[in-house]
Amino acid sequence: MTDADATRQRSDLGAGHTHALYIHEHSRLHDVAPEVKIVAALGFVISVAITPRRAILAFGLYALVVLALALWSRVPVRFLALRLTAVLPFIAFAVVIPFVASGTQTEILGMQVSVEGLWGSWNIMVKALLGASVSILLTATTEIPEIIRGLGLLKVPATFTGIATFMIRYLELITDELSRVRVAMTSRGYDPRWLHQTRPIATSAGAMFVRSYERGERVHAAMLARGFDGEMPDFGKRRGTRWEWVGVVTMVGALSSIAVVALVST
Amino acid sequence: MNGEVRVSGVEFAYPDGRTALRGLDLSIADGERVALLGPNGAGKTTFALHLNGILRARSGEIWVGGLKLTEPNLAEIRRRVGLVFQDSNDQLFMPSVREDVAFGPANLGLVGEDLDGRVVAALKAVDGLEFVDRPPHHLSGGEKRRAALATVLAMEPAVLVFDEPSAGLDPAGRRQLIDLLRRLSMTQVLITHDMALALDLCPRAVIVSDGKVVASGETGAILSDAALLARYRLEFPHAPSQGTHLHPHPN
Amino acid sequence: MTLAMHAPDGFLNAPTALVAAIVSVVVVGLALRHSEEQLADRAIPLAGITAAFIFAAQMFNFPVAAGTTGHLLGGALAAILLGPSVGVVVVTIVVVVQAFVFADGGITALGYNILNMAIVPAYGGYAAFRLFRKMFPASPGGVVGASGLAAWSSVVLSAMAFSIEWLFGASAPVAFDDVFSAMVGVHLLVGIGEGLISALAVGAVLAARPDLIYGARDLDPVQLTDRRQMRTRTFVLGGLLVSLVFAGVVSQFAFDDPDGLDSVAEESGFAASGREHVLADSPFADYATAGIDNERVSLAVAGVVGTLVTIAVGAGILLAIRDRRGRDPATV
Repeated sequence: MTDADATRQRSDLGAGHTHALYIHEHSRLHDVAPEVKIVAALGFVISVAITPRRAILAFGLYALVVLALALWSRVPVRFLALRLTAVLPFIAFAVVIPFVASGTQTEILGMQVSVEGLWGSWNIMVKALLGASVSILLTATTEIPEIIRGLGLLKVPATFTGIATFMIRYLELITDELSRVRVAMTSRGYDPRWLHQTRPIATSAGAMFVRSYERGERVHAAMLARGFDGEMPDFGKRRGTRWEWVGVVTMVGALSSIAVVALVST
Repeated sequence: MNGEVRVSGVEFAYPDGRTALRGLDLSIADGERVALLGPNGAGKTTFALHLNGILRARSGEIWVGGLKLTEPNLAEIRRRVGLVFQDSNDQLFMPSVREDVAFGPANLGLVGEDLDGRVVAALKAVDGLEFVDRPPHHLSGGEKRRAALATVLAMEPAVLVFDEPSAGLDPAGRRQLIDLLRRLSMTQVLITHDMALALDLCPRAVIVSDGKVVASGETGAILSDAALLARYRLEFPHAPSQGTHLHPHPN
Repeated sequence: MTLAMHAPDGFLNAPTALVAAIVSVVVVGLALRHSEEQLADRAIPLAGITAAFIFAAQMFNFPVAAGTTGHLLGGALAAILLGPSVGVVVVTIVVVVQAFVFADGGITALGYNILNMAIVPAYGGYAAFRLFRKMFPASPGGVVGASGLAAWSSVVLSAMAFSIEWLFGASAPVAFDDVFSAMVGVHLLVGIGEGLISALAVGAVLAARPDLIYGARDLDPVQLTDRRQMRTRTFVLGGLLVSLVFAGVVSQFAFDDPDGLDSVAEESGFAASGREHVLADSPFADYATAGIDNERVSLAVAGVVGTLVTIAVGAGILLAIRDRRGRDPATV
């Protein structure tokens, strides 16, 4: 793999191709209004977070719900698994915990591990995986500008969503420019392996900031030229229907009851 | 809607002290197409930004369709003068082309079907209905140029100012754009280095240098005056002379 | 290994996540109010594009030691370039979008992720920046030096903040001492990268458009042309001072007594039956921190560190408020 490919791939892992996060299907889940889905995701993730770690049955139920949602939304399970690799570093950390944690020791495969540590490890792993799955399903069924619009409908301040909108719009442009700078440098034999060699990249990053800032000024000028007066216009898009809200409230209600029952019975 | 433009004695200096416009005078009749030529740094883009009030002159006057450019009139001036920037990315700042084209008319207060109608009409005018729901960063250079033009056309301007219309376009895209501009009836000010485009589209050409208009006249006459062009770092590319033959490759 | 960043759900327990979330909402809300005045409508595209820049810059990994890489946090840089309040808002947006859109960081973890990646580095870093600006000459060299040291400090502060959060809300019984020394130790190194990159970036912007830098807006054209490099000696002294302070804190955990650990553990009741530790009712119930004595030291250090982080962030917020009221930006 050439350096250029590596650079591309690195930016692809992040924001390079945001459309790769979204699965173009036409499921009922895709059509649900964004603010409704965000509330569902939030409710789900909070339920998972407050569930005590020993309530294994509860986590099993959560996993089934995730699977059901994945099937309903026609998001391929392989895609879900691939995206879940993002939590790998934390899984790695979690795996180490039983070996460094304190408390009663037990023996597994001839190794001394802490019982508390095992539970702690399980706790982190299961919650990280479930939480990430929910986020992934959300982005796979909702386009990013829609997610931002949904956040706005949930009373997130307009300044916030406005900045986020522009960030998303220009992210790909900037990552492309940054990777082009790296490609240009590596094609001239520049190969930074250590920190002290990153000077040219850092200075060109500074130059990029100036260019980005100046672009921001031009974009603002373009907005003014088309009549912008400080408030973003409302484009009249669809909002969540009553039934969508009923469905979500029911689902979140069910999930949180599981969590509460688990909390109470341990 | 009257697209007559009258500019007299406009002076402008940037905050860092650099004087960009030194008493620029220009008159354009309603419906006229004028090419604005000149070396880099002459002040052409700076001047364009004055026409819709983004930059404000420290002296001089600008009149559009009989309305003087003043602070209270800015909104109306910006409705009448549509500016297409050099870099289309600066103008396509919404998540989708549809929202970009709708941005202008939505700010003017249009909603619902009126708004949709404007969007469709503007995109039809640029042959751009096919990419209406695409995000701007998924468009090619030519498509971006046309989308940016649509965002401006949706305001139904009386004057269209286009900064480097053909820059970066492939020959087919360029031809498409030229045909498009020819179909539009509003007053047009085309800032360009593309001499052939100027000759093709604009009966009149104006040379701007060092912040002033230094020549104005019939495009053919201006472009055939090699000495005049050379003085301002311009030249008109020659067609191949008679007598050159294209030999087919031996294989 | 930058574990403090983009932590997933379940990394810290629910009460801690909730408290962190409340704190973050309040602080970011205030920062947003400040920003709105500063930005007006004009700079929303500006802030958005800067956010994109920081997002993109964060994807750049740099090696700091064999096998360890770090990535840019950007909080201090954002605060120096845009001002602390706008900086906090911008980095918060980056973190939130990363969580909601890229599943990078849990949604329930947003509270402490925002705290560690936006609030602490931006406000804390800005406070450090102003401190160093006072120490260094009022010249471009001084600004660059201050930026570098402030950015480094911001990373270490962030690691410290995370360790304190772990103390209260750890989801696994790994001792505060271990987490603290590992996190802060690594980030002392990773912070060097952040410092270097931030300093160079600020330098580049200073050379092209000095008017764009919030943290240098006090420099008049004469001072801007002061091309003297800041005296290396001053820079090194400043860096030494900071590292001494930090190292002093970290060295508390330098000595470990693994043998003592086992015997004391048995003494304190960790028999094979797994009875609860004598401090079962304290917030530190789940940790077997080596024994009563060391635990006192741990608590003391945690207290010092917590105070340090709080002071840094508080100072940053105060400075932001005073900036708004128009006081001279170079005086602390």
